[in-house]
Amino acid sequence: MAMLEVQDLHVAFPRGKRDEVEALRGVNLQLEKGERLGVVGESGAGKSMLAFAILNLIAAPGRVSQGRVMFHGQDLLKLSDRKIRGIRGNRISMIFQDPMVTLNPVLTIGTQMIETLKAHRRISDRDARKLCIERLKQVAIPSAESRMDAYPHELSGGLRQRVVIAIALLTDPELIIADEPTTALDVTIQAEIMSLILKLCRENDVALILITHDLGVVAEVTERIMIMYAGLCVEEGPTKQIITAPRHPYTSGLLKALPQNAGRGQRLYQIPGSMPPITALPRGCAYHPRCEFADNGCRTRIPPLQGGVACFNPLKGASS
Amino acid sequence: MTQPIIETRGLEMRFALPTHFLSREKPVLHALNGVDVAIQPGETFCVVGESGCGKTTLGRAIMGLLTPSAGEILFRGQRIDTMDEKRRKPIRAEMQMVFQNPYASLNPRRNVFDTLAEPIRHLLPDTPAAEVREQVESVLAATGCDPSWQRRLPHEFSGGQRQRIAIARALVTNPAFVVADEPISALDVSIQAQILNLLTDLQADRGLTYLFITHDLSVVEHFGTRVAVMYLGRVMELAQVETIFAQPKHPYTRLLLEAIPKLDGGSFDKPRTPGELPDPVNPPPGCPFAPRCSLADARCHAERPELRGLENGTQVACHHSA
Repeated sequence: MAMLEVQDLHVAFPRGKRDEVEALRGVNLQLEKGERLGVVGESGAGKSMLAFAILNLIAAPGRVSQGRVMFHGQDLLKLSDRKIRGIRGNRISMIFQDPMVTLNPVLTIGTQMIETLKAHRRISDRDARKLCIERLKQVAIPSAESRMDAYPHELSGGLRQRVVIAIALLTDPELIIADEPTTALDVTIQAEIMSLILKLCRENDVALILITHDLGVVAEVTERIMIMYAGLCVEEGPTKQIITAPRHPYTSGLLKALPQNAGRGQRLYQIPGSMPPITALPRGCAYHPRCEFADNGCRTRIPPLQGGVACFNPLKGASS
Repeated sequence: MTQPIIETRGLEMRFALPTHFLSREKPVLHALNGVDVAIQPGETFCVVGESGCGKTTLGRAIMGLLTPSAGEILFRGQRIDTMDEKRRKPIRAEMQMVFQNPYASLNPRRNVFDTLAEPIRHLLPDTPAAEVREQVESVLAATGCDPSWQRRLPHEFSGGQRQRIAIARALVTNPAFVVADEPISALDVSIQAQILNLLTDLQADRGLTYLFITHDLSVVEHFGTRVAVMYLGRVMELAQVETIFAQPKHPYTRLLLEAIPKLDGGSFDKPRTPGELPDPVNPPPGCPFAPRCSLADARCHAERPELRGLENGTQVACHHSA
């Protein structure tokens, strides 16, 4: 049995009095212990929604309308508030995009870390402090002892995100969900943070769901990729395979559009148009208005995810 | 060499920070510390660096949105930073800017036609109304905007469409020089390629010169002619784009290049030591990069390296580069 298994997950938001629109339209996902998965998509594709839904954090008026999130055989969506609090931030940690928003600006780093630890463990203040300093050292924060008494605003963006990672690691989680953890940071800091996350996941055998729009970051850090488009997974498979031989026209288009995949001064490949909003999805495959291979079948039916790709006319891929 | 379209000489920009009411110190942030660049007509001059390096300040100073504390800015050999507003107006029509975030740079209460007509009405007030309309329509067509957008408001458009409108607004006065400050970083991946292609096409059609400010070196490699790498308000390396990718000379440039995630993977496997910009209020006495540099020695910590030319045409500010 997989550690985490998401089955046919739907998330819906009300539209008007009776109607609903779906932000997630049936997503499946499996994750083994220690496995690193990248979830890639444009804004509005539903990738953050997936992360929130896994932890049963969808805020009203949104709701999970269908599906299950099995974590070690237990459906997280059916757990009581009390029980899920024992999992959230404990066995599954999250790292969000902006560390300035994640950290409480009026509490010291130490207070926030010890609070997290005490919420999940029976531990003395002294032991908690010791463990916190140890974790801060693990994420390569210089002079960790004195940083315990610092406030978030006294640290740079990169150090703040390191503190967030240290907090995420405090309770020895089995799974970390990182939602665009480096989007707010500089490229050099991004490289530092991502290589740190990669190292820590490998050393502690922690599974990772990395949500991002950056195919380069995903290629560096993950073993498997899931490409999302308009609330559905359109392609899924081993990272190497998808990067070198994508089968869905959307994945292939995204890769071809990257400046590093085009010659100097050459025109970039461009996918025409933009992703439709979830309130105005076309009939059939949501990608068909932008797709050069679309035929009548694509315009009427939604292609199922088969053999790792949800497309009636997939590209040949690696086997050819 | 031909006359540069834009030149800065010893450009400095200092911002006074708020003082504590009991303190006698007057902290000053040095955003630009003597920047000399000469941008040639028709090229795409890229400025890269981490946030806080002064790249946006440089763009804004050249545009006249900020008044430099010292130094000169020249447009086609004519000094513009001290020019009075009346004489500068026609020059402003020659220089326009595209901002990073099209959700913030368009007035939400002004329709597309008025947004585009405003620069002409303001900078070239003698233009007859019919000609304004004509120019707006032609620039909309050139930037891939539908003529029917003219009576619509910004909220009706997606990010990519808004950025097209912002580009159209920058081009409506037929400028020769455009500052583009991170024009694609707020956009989705599939839209970024569309906007980059549009900028390339417009440059070919109109002979534009770009000052392209970005943090993304892969965009520079694809798009740029020359590139200036900035750090703490100084140019650390200035080179042809091909040269800088083949032979990066400054250790900071190498750090930036190594930080680009590769599709082949593998370059994030080794953990990196944390490094960050030094405090721009109290910059280190020697080379600003010395605290993060693996090559730094006693000289680097004491003496600031000046920008000097190397054999391959690169200019670099480092004691150790050859």
